[in-house]
Amino acid sequence: MQSADLFPQIVSVGLTGLLVRFADRLSEPANRAALAFRAAVEAEGWPGVEETSSSLTSAYLRFAPLHLSHEVLQARLQGLLDARDWYAAAPPHGRRFWRIPTVFGTDLAPQLAEAAGLAGQSEAQAIASLSAARTRVLTLGFAPGQPYLGELPAQWNIPRQSAITPQVPAGALVVAVRQFVLFANASPTGWRHIGQTGFRCFRPDGPDPFPLRAGDEVQFYAVTPEEYAQIQMADHSGNGGAVVAPIP
Amino acid sequence: MTVLHIYSIGPSVTVQDCGRPGHIAAGLSRGGAADMLALAEGAALLRQAPDLAALEMAGFGGSFTANAALRIALTGAPMRAMIDGAAVAWNASHALPAGAKLEIGGAEAGVYGYLSVGGGIETPLLLGARAAHLAAGIGAVLRPGQSLPIGADAGGPTGLGLVVTDRFQGGTARILASLQTALFAAEDLQRFTATVFHRDARANRQGVRLLPQGQGFGLASGQSILSEIITPGDIQIPGDGAPYVLLPEAQTTGGYPRIGTVIPADLPLLAQTPAGASLRFAFVGLEAALDIERKYAQSLAALPRHCKPRLRDPADIVDLLGYQLISGMITGSEEP
Repeated sequence: MQSADLFPQIVSVGLTGLLVRFADRLSEPANRAALAFRAAVEAEGWPGVEETSSSLTSAYLRFAPLHLSHEVLQARLQGLLDARDWYAAAPPHGRRFWRIPTVFGTDLAPQLAEAAGLAGQSEAQAIASLSAARTRVLTLGFAPGQPYLGELPAQWNIPRQSAITPQVPAGALVVAVRQFVLFANASPTGWRHIGQTGFRCFRPDGPDPFPLRAGDEVQFYAVTPEEYAQIQMADHSGNGGAVVAPIP
Repeated sequence: MTVLHIYSIGPSVTVQDCGRPGHIAAGLSRGGAADMLALAEGAALLRQAPDLAALEMAGFGGSFTANAALRIALTGAPMRAMIDGAAVAWNASHALPAGAKLEIGGAEAGVYGYLSVGGGIETPLLLGARAAHLAAGIGAVLRPGQSLPIGADAGGPTGLGLVVTDRFQGGTARILASLQTALFAAEDLQRFTATVFHRDARANRQGVRLLPQGQGFGLASGQSILSEIITPGDIQIPGDGAPYVLLPEAQTTGGYPRIGTVIPADLPLLAQTPAGASLRFAFVGLEAALDIERKYAQSLAALPRHCKPRLRDPADIVDLLGYQLISGMITGSEEP
């Protein structure tokens, strides 16, 4: 049950963390609130706060509880929460729009037909719908640099599969619950593998190890397996043929 | 350049340090030594900074030679160790002469043994640390034939020993309520703290699986929980009801309900509990946990003070007859 007056709420995470929850289910305003609130906490620069992050609808702070007490930090967070309507926050500044070439279906991404069926679409309709969607990076998480993107049109509110796929490769695009995940590393998954990209979400040796940032927008546009093979030959940057432009 | 050459090595030996804090927002967990206390003990024995990198040896060590004299310290899960065939003590620092063969065998208790060296292991820094983070694809397990660069040693004593608390055969871990503790029924929480768990064979640097005696702890409603932050020590309850405790290489977010979180001071115990050993959990309140944390920080700071020259225990001396035990008592009058 979600009741508006339960949120935002501040809860403790172990001994060294506090979590500010803006909702218990995903929504655009709650995601924006989490991103904006985390940015505001960073800007405050409170001594004793060691790290911050945001997930889909919450912002996390790791702090040194022997130097900054739970009560003091909680009061500061409450003050910041009360200062404005975080659900009305604008998306973060400095966002970028990525267009990432993607093979939908084929033996590179074998679960497109199955996912399309669950969404009540033909494969062609599914490709048209998924490759036109301009999604937003809702959060990075689970694995380094790995984005959760959304929200997709309502027909893509398809469940996770009950069985786990033992492994999808790095660059795999999977879908469930109106979201994409673009895998940073080869990984098992309960989401359906519907597209394959050459995009590397984590480049530990590169100048920008985590190229995607929460708030960035991404379109996975369809290319043929032949075009994909050519891109793979030509682009060794980790971008997999993606182009990026600032969002004004 | 001083290097440590690896002749043979166990299947899960990696370079570890204090990990990479500060990247949770990008999806990268901190990683670093599974038993941070053992890393600190090694540094204290060598009188050097606690953030230098060491070898973390899961279950089994290896055999090594350095091309120059080194100071070494052995901490964490006790393992049989020898220098040129002579047994050397665990939880102690030693001189490793150039060319001498250091052999480290299997763990006699616990899981993770540590080989620290004076000057630290100086493999390249990546995102500010040298630690392998296997789950993230940073670094790799070490292989025979590799040579590891060793940093310049500021120098210091060897032959120090340290008495450590036994955290190598399970026990009781203290936990705080966590994000979803309130979703569990009061009687299930009570049963959780009354249950003896055994560590499953399934365990790595991401986490350890625990098998309950009796029924599991799955939420009846099969709640769907939106992905939220994961921190080391979190006790996830997946669908099969067997708790999974997260360690330094855990993913950064997850949607399984968490029944509690192990406090930082007891994470070394969690990581070092070997397969089959028993574990229990006890809830503590925030004030009690803060008090434990304060004392833990003090005990870490006091480690160098507690490293003392080792009085040789005859039991440690393998080749007892090789020593001239009474040479000082021989006088000329006993000459034939």
